[in-house]
Amino acid sequence: MFQIRIHGRGGQGVVTAAEMLSIAAFREGRFAQAFPSFGSERTGAPVVAFCRIDEREIRLREPIMQPDALIVQDPTLLHQVNVFAGLRAGGYILINTRRTFDDLGIGEFVRGLQPEHLLTVPATELALTHVGRPVPNAALLGGFAAVCGLISIDAVAAAIREKFAGAVADGNEAAARAAYHHVLEQVRTTQGAAHAQTD
Amino acid sequence: MLKQTEGSRAVAEAVGLCRPEVICAYPISPQTHIVEALGEMVKSGALAPCEFINVESEFAAMSVAIGASAAGARSYTATASQGLLFMAEALFNASGLGLPIVMTVANRAIGAPINIWNDHTDAMSQRDCGWIQLFAENNQEALDLHILAFRLAEELSLPVMVCMDGFILTHAYERVDIPTQSQVDAYLPPFVPRQVLDPAEPVSIGAMVGPEAFTEVRYLAHAKQMQALELIPRWAAEFRAAFGRDVGGLVHSYRTEDAETIVLALGSVLGTIKDTVDELRARGVRIGVAGVACFRPWPHAAVREALAHAQRVIVLEKSLAVGVGGIVATNVRTALAGLATPIHAVIAGLGGRPITKASLERVFMDAMADKLGINTFLDLDTTVVERVLARERDVRRSGPIAENVLKQVGLAAGAS
Repeated sequence: MFQIRIHGRGGQGVVTAAEMLSIAAFREGRFAQAFPSFGSERTGAPVVAFCRIDEREIRLREPIMQPDALIVQDPTLLHQVNVFAGLRAGGYILINTRRTFDDLGIGEFVRGLQPEHLLTVPATELALTHVGRPVPNAALLGGFAAVCGLISIDAVAAAIREKFAGAVADGNEAAARAAYHHVLEQVRTTQGAAHAQTD
Repeated sequence: MLKQTEGSRAVAEAVGLCRPEVICAYPISPQTHIVEALGEMVKSGALAPCEFINVESEFAAMSVAIGASAAGARSYTATASQGLLFMAEALFNASGLGLPIVMTVANRAIGAPINIWNDHTDAMSQRDCGWIQLFAENNQEALDLHILAFRLAEELSLPVMVCMDGFILTHAYERVDIPTQSQVDAYLPPFVPRQVLDPAEPVSIGAMVGPEAFTEVRYLAHAKQMQALELIPRWAAEFRAAFGRDVGGLVHSYRTEDAETIVLALGSVLGTIKDTVDELRARGVRIGVAGVACFRPWPHAAVREALAHAQRVIVLEKSLAVGVGGIVATNVRTALAGLATPIHAVIAGLGGRPITKASLERVFMDAMADKLGINTFLDLDTTVVERVLARERDVRRSGPIAENVLKQVGLAAGAS
């Protein structure tokens, strides 16, 4: 089972992101379960949503306490909420930012993690470009498709089209595909760097 | 058709496939998504000639459902928590009059203190109101139970509550198989009421009954509910034949063949319990699970049969009868009367507290080490409780309890 925890703020589509991720996994023949953290979802307040993906039926109903991957929709949460709590060894982190992990002030914290698993994507900017609104969720899912290959970008695009219609769907899909290529490039660069080091 | 969707949406689609004629509801979390979806379906004409009636309260919702059902319409509503309590008087009327209304209860805690999260206190508070109560383990079951519920309600002329965990199921996206209209039509015959308010053939429904006949009316209500114990397994088998999967039934046993310890529970927590049990089984622990799918009528014989060979029983429940302890556990004691089996109630998940595998494993191991009493509160913060009690001993005007507990929880979090 692969477990993803998404952190963001009320209004950023955190819950919708988890739901779309589960739809993408379902479309690829997997079992998936998405659920919100059931808080009072006020605009701007920290919000958490979860998604589990497995090859068999998922019965577990506890919150995800040891995620395999973290998606952080709002980097201002990094110093407000312990978003890294329970992250598994070898886990993945995808943050919505233009800055580096060092610039965000968490370079020291992620020192022990695999560098090719630490990824960023300017999802808000991509959303502004393609959707016209600062809603980073679909772009982050596109980025996530490049993070570990768990789901394909086409499945993400199909999930976006299941949730949205018309121009909103077009814009979100475009943002997701742009984010996918951005992260894919980053993965290649960091993997290249890692190989260069071992050589 | 297989689909990845929200539990509320799946239930709304199932209710729609049952061809309801009157839907009335008043919104309350976490039930709202269900009736919102049904409202859209009615407005689009997909459920014609179904009528959606907006009402001003839950009391009105149940009253409209009673009127509609008495007029011969297949009637549905949904509620939760305080909304169910606000219906209480009308609930007894619906069952007392023998009206086959189906209602979803998206289980949620009862205040005060106000709490919107999941537990079973709402449904349990109405366990003796004469409605049949079915509990869903996952969203497929929640969907399927509604189809079964309409058939059961109309055959017995009794109302049925389908209970599904608020948020945990209502707001969860998972895979469900939505049946086709022809499958549902083949399983659920048209509503043929036993009593109808019809101007062409006037009758009285709900006249006063004095001591000369009241006992007999109540006896028949009991006898009719007990008939469900025979009908539910039979129709679950028919459901399996028609839809190719299990639903309902009375009690489901999981890995109990040689189990020394059996954990009994209701609702969505059964999934987490089964995963915990699988891990303990892998380590050689002889433990199994009994899931109660039908809580009212209480399946005495099926519960006894499921638990009789256990050396100990743990009843894990999301409700508390203040001054008694576990509500489900008290029912289990009646089913195991005459046996010496220790029965440990574990009160868990109140007001939405997560029930984790780690906590379950700990409490199951404690039970097997004979460390549990009659009632245990899972993950209770005893330090906080003792501090609040100490303050009450020391200060006469100690203040409101809930706020004192919040203050102590905050202090404890700040100190760590």
